[in-house]
Amino acid sequence: MFPTRLTRRVTAVAVAAVLVAGCGSTGSGDAGASAASGSAASAGKPLTVFAAASLTETFTTLGATFEAAHPGTKVTFNFGSSATLAQQITQGAPADVFAAASPATMKTVTDAGLAAGTPATFVRNRLEIALPPGNPAKIDELKDLADPKVKVALCAAQVPCGAAAVKALDAARLKVTPVTLEQDVKATLTKVELGEVDAALVYRTDVLAAGGKVKGVDFPEAAQAINDYPVAALSKAPQPELARQFVDLVLSPQGLDVLTAAGFESP
Amino acid sequence: MRTRPGEAGPVRGPVPWALAVPAVAGVAFLVLPLAGLLVRAPWATLPRRLAEPQVLEALRLSLVTATVATLVCLVLGVPLAWLLARAEFPGRRLLRALITVPLVLPPVVGGVALLLVLGRRGLVGQWLDSAFGVSLPFTTAGVVVAEAFVAMPFLVISVEGAMRGADRRYEEAAATLGASRWTVFRRVTLPLITPGVLAGAVLCWARALGEFGATITFAGNFPGRTQTMPLAVYLALETEPDAAVVLSLVLLAVSVAILAALRERWVGGP
Repeated sequence: MFPTRLTRRVTAVAVAAVLVAGCGSTGSGDAGASAASGSAASAGKPLTVFAAASLTETFTTLGATFEAAHPGTKVTFNFGSSATLAQQITQGAPADVFAAASPATMKTVTDAGLAAGTPATFVRNRLEIALPPGNPAKIDELKDLADPKVKVALCAAQVPCGAAAVKALDAARLKVTPVTLEQDVKATLTKVELGEVDAALVYRTDVLAAGGKVKGVDFPEAAQAINDYPVAALSKAPQPELARQFVDLVLSPQGLDVLTAAGFESP
Repeated sequence: MRTRPGEAGPVRGPVPWALAVPAVAGVAFLVLPLAGLLVRAPWATLPRRLAEPQVLEALRLSLVTATVATLVCLVLGVPLAWLLARAEFPGRRLLRALITVPLVLPPVVGGVALLLVLGRRGLVGQWLDSAFGVSLPFTTAGVVVAEAFVAMPFLVISVEGAMRGADRRYEEAAATLGASRWTVFRRVTLPLITPGVLAGAVLCWARALGEFGATITFAGNFPGRTQTMPLAVYLALETEPDAAVVLSLVLLAVSVAILAALRERWVGGP
């Protein structure tokens, strides 16, 4: 027989660790998303915007514009995969505005009766092949991705960029076996930036946002997989008036300028 | 069950409310989320969902990788714990601090760090790739590496604690009888601390089984190859919360079953 006190304590710790590990596993995605959202709301009226990961740069710019026009307002962002954000909203997350990368993820929210009014499409986005610097696998068109020796990263089919990738590859009648199915478009892009994969399908806007760190290649089948981005104020918004004004800014010519400069297409 | 000297039984008299109230709140805090999983589980569709090949694949992968990661941790971690507990050398405290870093590091950061070192263009990884054609990211071996990285400190800390708690007089007696340090370790120390090693291994295995952040960052996510249960839960949550609940239940049941089995068979119980 072994010493009781030690084993009791250790078993308790072991059980606790399982729980901790469990919590960690569901929390990590959120942690990543909120880390991107910057500082928490300070004094004044906070406006919380849930936006697709691919909107990170443009919406951060629009947030600053909005804060300048509405002194005392602090815009806080939660960037992540649209599917995750939609789930968070239906589970009661306190959001004012939702901007999704696909009508399907927005539908999760409208089906739950949580959108104020009808969502409006504010931009469209198309896929590009993203290649790491130097293009080690010598890829110049979409069909090169079907070579089994080429390491390809795609978004998981559950998230909008993954759904678009499936559509585009189907349109091209290509069978691509990726090495990984990433949880959002920024994670997919990171794998290219680090040179861990030879190619990935991401949005044109993400290639542009990465600056010179990745090279983008257009392909014709992308035209059959264009994603519409809908935006809506939410019916349970803590700041309904500000939410409506933020949506107006996104839909305004000024908002469209910021978005098209980043590579988005007007709807 | 033998009681050691100095180990008291339950305290007599009423439990002070200042301890009872937070303790009950603590129990509720830990148990309610688990109860929530059971209440919200889609029991009607459960058998059909469990039979899906993707679920079994993810479960098999999780069990295999967590077990291999634990073996790796044992092979590397027990000697490391011995070094910390029994050897005298400068910088030992610094070494212990370094080893516990993965314990407090967010696992995603650990995954990024692994990519920068063992990735295809990493410090060590590019050499592995050019010399042996070995590339760890996006492979099952990569999952094991990520899990072992995050879980090893748990094993090292528990084994080191067990070694420090063990009675050194047995080791000294063996040494005076002419046994070398290696023989003392093998024949005296190790048998003495077996419960501590097993407890550490269980802790390590449980941590590896639940690993998410480092795995998805370093090894990516592909069904059958790197998609472990926690990754499957996270991605299922994107579109099918019910499926995520089912997967979570499976993970919970497996963890509880294995912990219970080990507790009775090896770790002993009260």
